[in-house]
Amino acid sequence: MPRLSLDRGPLLPTLLLGPAAVLLGGLLAFPLALGVLLGFKDASIGEPGAFIGLENYRYLITDPVFRITALNTALYTLVTVVFKLALGLALALILNQRFAGYRFWRSVLLLPYVVPTVLSAFAWWWILDPQFSFISWALVKVGLLDHRVDFLGHAWLARGSLMVANVWRGIPFFTVGYLAGLQAIPKELHEAAAIDGAGDWQIFWRITWVLLLPLTTILTIFSAIFTFTDFQLIWTITRGGPANATHLFVTLAYQRAIPGGALGEGAAIAGFTLPLLALLAWGALDALRRQE
Amino acid sequence: MKRVLSIWLPLLAFALFLLFPFYWMVLTSIKPNDELVSVAANPFWVSRPTLDHVRYLLSATSYPRWFWNTMAVAAAATALSVCVSFFAAVALARLGFRGAETVSLGIYLAYLIPPAILFIPLAEVMLKLGWFDRLWALVPVYSTFLVPFCTWLLVGYLKTIPRELEEAAMVDGASRLRIVFEIILPLSVPGLISAIIFCFTLSWNEYLYALVFMSSPGHKTVPVGLATELVRGDIYQWGPLMAGALLGSLPVVVLYFFFVEHYVAGMSGALKG
Repeated sequence: MPRLSLDRGPLLPTLLLGPAAVLLGGLLAFPLALGVLLGFKDASIGEPGAFIGLENYRYLITDPVFRITALNTALYTLVTVVFKLALGLALALILNQRFAGYRFWRSVLLLPYVVPTVLSAFAWWWILDPQFSFISWALVKVGLLDHRVDFLGHAWLARGSLMVANVWRGIPFFTVGYLAGLQAIPKELHEAAAIDGAGDWQIFWRITWVLLLPLTTILTIFSAIFTFTDFQLIWTITRGGPANATHLFVTLAYQRAIPGGALGEGAAIAGFTLPLLALLAWGALDALRRQE
Repeated sequence: MKRVLSIWLPLLAFALFLLFPFYWMVLTSIKPNDELVSVAANPFWVSRPTLDHVRYLLSATSYPRWFWNTMAVAAAATALSVCVSFFAAVALARLGFRGAETVSLGIYLAYLIPPAILFIPLAEVMLKLGWFDRLWALVPVYSTFLVPFCTWLLVGYLKTIPRELEEAAMVDGASRLRIVFEIILPLSVPGLISAIIFCFTLSWNEYLYALVFMSSPGHKTVPVGLATELVRGDIYQWGPLMAGALLGSLPVVVLYFFFVEHYVAGMSGALKG
């Protein structure tokens, strides 16, 4: 009689993967499928709802708030990722030079990424307060302005403020990634180029930047995914306001589905992000494989 | 001189930008209300520091409760997720079974699925299971983003452990299970520490699920409690709010400073295939 053995065959891998499969199957894969279905229903809280085909999607693309949200999500992601990349790389280049207190500065400057987002978002909210913002105070004091600025009261000012807060939080992600990348570049390359008479800028653009490109692709895609599905910063600082001007897909989905009760519509808003998410995931996978 | 321009000046600019919000947090949490509303006072300083806000937070609100809720959920979710992920990672990185590639791909995709697109259908699942407003329900829920991340991290780490050690033990007649616990586990400790720190930090940072699934004040986590119970929309909210944000950041920040190297290694390790 064949005995089931842990030493051969699929029994041991199955047992080891079992708990992960149960958790991720039940609370991740199943809800994901359910969410896609829900996007085709007019469900609300407590109401299972009926299938209405693409009605939610059709309604949303004619909804001015959703249209602004889509544009806003694109702009927010594009602008902040560019700034996070540039500033994160700049900080990595500084920290890579090795100087007295290097470890201290690196540890301390990564803090924005470590501190829970909602908690630091409260600090930003307070910094941007219409009455008591120190930015207004300072600008008035030096005579550049004659009144206080309501940073979160105007659509573009609010969008800009949220982008600054997002860049602030996201810089360390790029810095850590780039620091690892920079340390993997052999010093001899730079030395050889310097002997050949190349300047600092030339060395950076011709060698460092080129060698970092695969890493840049990965960092950019990961950051883009986390940025365009952002919820915490926006919901804490503006709740999508003023007048729905600063919503991202997720904050709008939350507003419609949870306080608003329109589960089907909320699921459809989340559904709009799936194709983009799939594209980015595929791009990241491709980049990771090429890196190996 | 060159070093001043290439290191110290830009570093100072970054430090100002990246650290100022924390200074503001600390400053506000010890500033008395009359100084907060004063137009004449210098906003960048405090002349009569006070612990009133902290005292108010700890005695007049449910903050201590939220703090322990968050701590308990984060600790339990970390324990569950790191165990589950370690076993999964061993299977994927070490046992070489058919289909390991496909499962790895699935784990990677799961890692990239944000809570943002899951919370609505998950709310339905939670209702059906009767898990709504149950604090412990956050433990399995958090594992849905912790397990993919940790498994990914640990697979990367396990691949760096040389296979010869295992093969030698196998030649000596050790069973696969014994090899997992007596050889792979001890060698994985640095990777496990990274995984633990990340799980704990990510759990402490979580907001959306706790916001949607917990409703009674006694079941809230620190970020949710502060956002829903302490925001009153007037000037007097800021002292306690900043004090709450500061105290709520401490567990994560302390852990981070103890294990900076592991944190950095984990962060860059998660970017490798």
